[in-house]
Amino acid sequence: MSAPAKLPRWAELSLLPLINLGVALVLAGVIIKILGESPLAAFKLMVTGALGTQEGIGYTLYYATNFIFTGLAVAVAYHAGLFNIGAEGQAYVGGLGTGLVCLYFGTWPFWVVLPLAVLAGAIFGAAWAFIPAWLQARRGSHIVITTIMFNFIAAALMTYLLVNVLIKPGQQSPETREFSANAVMPAAHELFAKIGITVVATPLNLAFGFALMAAAGVWIFIWRTRWGFALRVAGANSAAAVYAGISPPRIIVGAMLISGALAGGLGLNELMGSQHRILMDFPSGAGFVGIAVALMGRNHPVGIVVAAVLFGALYQGGSQLSFDMPKINRDMVVVIQGLVILLCGAMENIFRAPLTALFMRLSRAKEND
Amino acid sequence: MLSIHVSRCLAAITLCAAVLFASVAGAAEKDFLPAIVYDFGGKFDRSFNQSASEGAEKFKKDTGIAYREFEITNAAQRDLAMAQLAKRGASIIVAVGFTQASAVEKVAKQFPGVKFTIIDAVVELPNVQSINFREQESSFLCGMAAALVSKTGKVGFVGGMDIPLIRKFALGYAQGVHFVNPAAEVFENMTGTTPAAWGDPTKGAELARSQFGRGADVVFHAAGATGIGVMQAAKDAGKFSIGCDSNQNYLHPGSVLTSAMKSVDVAVYRAFSDAKAGTWKPGQLVLGLPENGVGYSLDEYNRKLLTPAIEARLEKAKADIVSGKIVVAEYKAP
Repeated sequence: MSAPAKLPRWAELSLLPLINLGVALVLAGVIIKILGESPLAAFKLMVTGALGTQEGIGYTLYYATNFIFTGLAVAVAYHAGLFNIGAEGQAYVGGLGTGLVCLYFGTWPFWVVLPLAVLAGAIFGAAWAFIPAWLQARRGSHIVITTIMFNFIAAALMTYLLVNVLIKPGQQSPETREFSANAVMPAAHELFAKIGITVVATPLNLAFGFALMAAAGVWIFIWRTRWGFALRVAGANSAAAVYAGISPPRIIVGAMLISGALAGGLGLNELMGSQHRILMDFPSGAGFVGIAVALMGRNHPVGIVVAAVLFGALYQGGSQLSFDMPKINRDMVVVIQGLVILLCGAMENIFRAPLTALFMRLSRAKEND
Repeated sequence: MLSIHVSRCLAAITLCAAVLFASVAGAAEKDFLPAIVYDFGGKFDRSFNQSASEGAEKFKKDTGIAYREFEITNAAQRDLAMAQLAKRGASIIVAVGFTQASAVEKVAKQFPGVKFTIIDAVVELPNVQSINFREQESSFLCGMAAALVSKTGKVGFVGGMDIPLIRKFALGYAQGVHFVNPAAEVFENMTGTTPAAWGDPTKGAELARSQFGRGADVVFHAAGATGIGVMQAAKDAGKFSIGCDSNQNYLHPGSVLTSAMKSVDVAVYRAFSDAKAGTWKPGQLVLGLPENGVGYSLDEYNRKLLTPAIEARLEKAKADIVSGKIVVAEYKAP
């Protein structure tokens, strides 16, 4: 035995993930069977529901848009050695910025409103991330704790604003009036219609393009700029960073500002693109899903986009599943999603050792022939 | 890097499977197909949504007609769920909860041939029926009951999320308390600012205990599943509690003074059966005390607490509200 055992590249890239996915699906299938439904029919429903129809694909990518923004937010902070649990709150407050622009400047031409809305979302999100960042950088307050707490403060702030200040007068529901037509992100089906292609109307909108642009921007920033390099150095080893003349507190604040600004992009999709008003709890957990997306995507923008689409498909497919199979309720869908995350994300190495051993034995057998 | 490829493979696999299996699951079409869409709390919240679900279940039992249902987990699902129900031939769709208003508005316009009933909100369209309750009236009576049994002259209120609907309960309650005892003190606490506030019995119990500590001896909850904790705390401390939305008297006999009832089940049942009989009408329907849409509960579990003397006072006030002699102010959103 000389070099450490390694899997062939093709097995690494296809066989191992296939086994992981297969085991996750078998486990989920057992649970579905116990519930008294056919596992095969259930998976068929999930897959066609998420990717088999134009409607399904539209919803899948629409969900994915949120996850790309929050996933990127978590990833940028992660490269600086920070675990940002606050994407949820940053997205919430960032959406407030976007929403305020749409509410109060919504009558301006779209091409003026759009950059303002993007900017406001980024600034509000960044501002919400700034306080925990400053506390970490200057006072050493742990960012995990402070960002979690800031999620609750964001929720309290937004509830106060929506119930007392921004609510549309004379109604029960704590939400604002609808944005005017100029402040609405063009939907995908409208854009396709312009070039003569008819597709089913879904909430998928131009914000998906912004999410992809943000992913490209993050890649350039992290791997192709000096700032990005400094950020990775500080994240990998802050003592070495100081030796190299990099100031870790500045990196902490800078990374968190970018992280918060990225999370703030969620409002473009959710508010400008889909709901067309500010309403309560609109991030609905996307900030936390972003953590899983970033981890699964190995904090690389390409991985994050792919993982976000996978999570979008799980959301949409799961929703279809509970829609068509009454015995499988929404909590069951979360269990199935959890199994896929667990096997493909957290425990992806569980079959690596046995598989490697198998390949070693096979290749040795071949040599002996 | 590996995970990127994992995900990429996943996408490829799912895509292939999609092509293989691409077929639309055809639902068996029936003449009359009722459907119901629940709100975030879910159909087993022992309160508002559950009450709606009981109405639908009763309809199924009485008529043998199955209904479709959906519990939403995020805002975007509302539009999709309702549109799909409409597409699959639903005759009537009941949307439970005020948060569904914008989705109903959107989908009802797309499907003018489908009947929609929304509970706790108003949507003005020719194919939408809006059912609202005057919760302030039942809360008023509960406030009176609280003030009548209170020895300390201090009573409490624990709300779920701080939203206009819950303020409506709180305001009606306070008016009822002060109607009996103008000098009484009302402590008001909201559980939280996220939807989690509807399902946090521990915090509900804590809030109730803090109100007892300040001298309250009756506490009214309008907090969904959080209220379970409020009522438990009242029982443990030997104080009184008042239930909400469904009749919760049975939970702790001897401690639950009464429950502020809201007949969501009746509303759902009526929407279904009217639609079936062809007597369903669009427009606004406001259910208060006169229509028996709201009320307080009296059964064998709280008979000993709610003495005939108290009952007489409540019935008198109820008659006065119905006749318009007592006007209970409604909370108006700013």
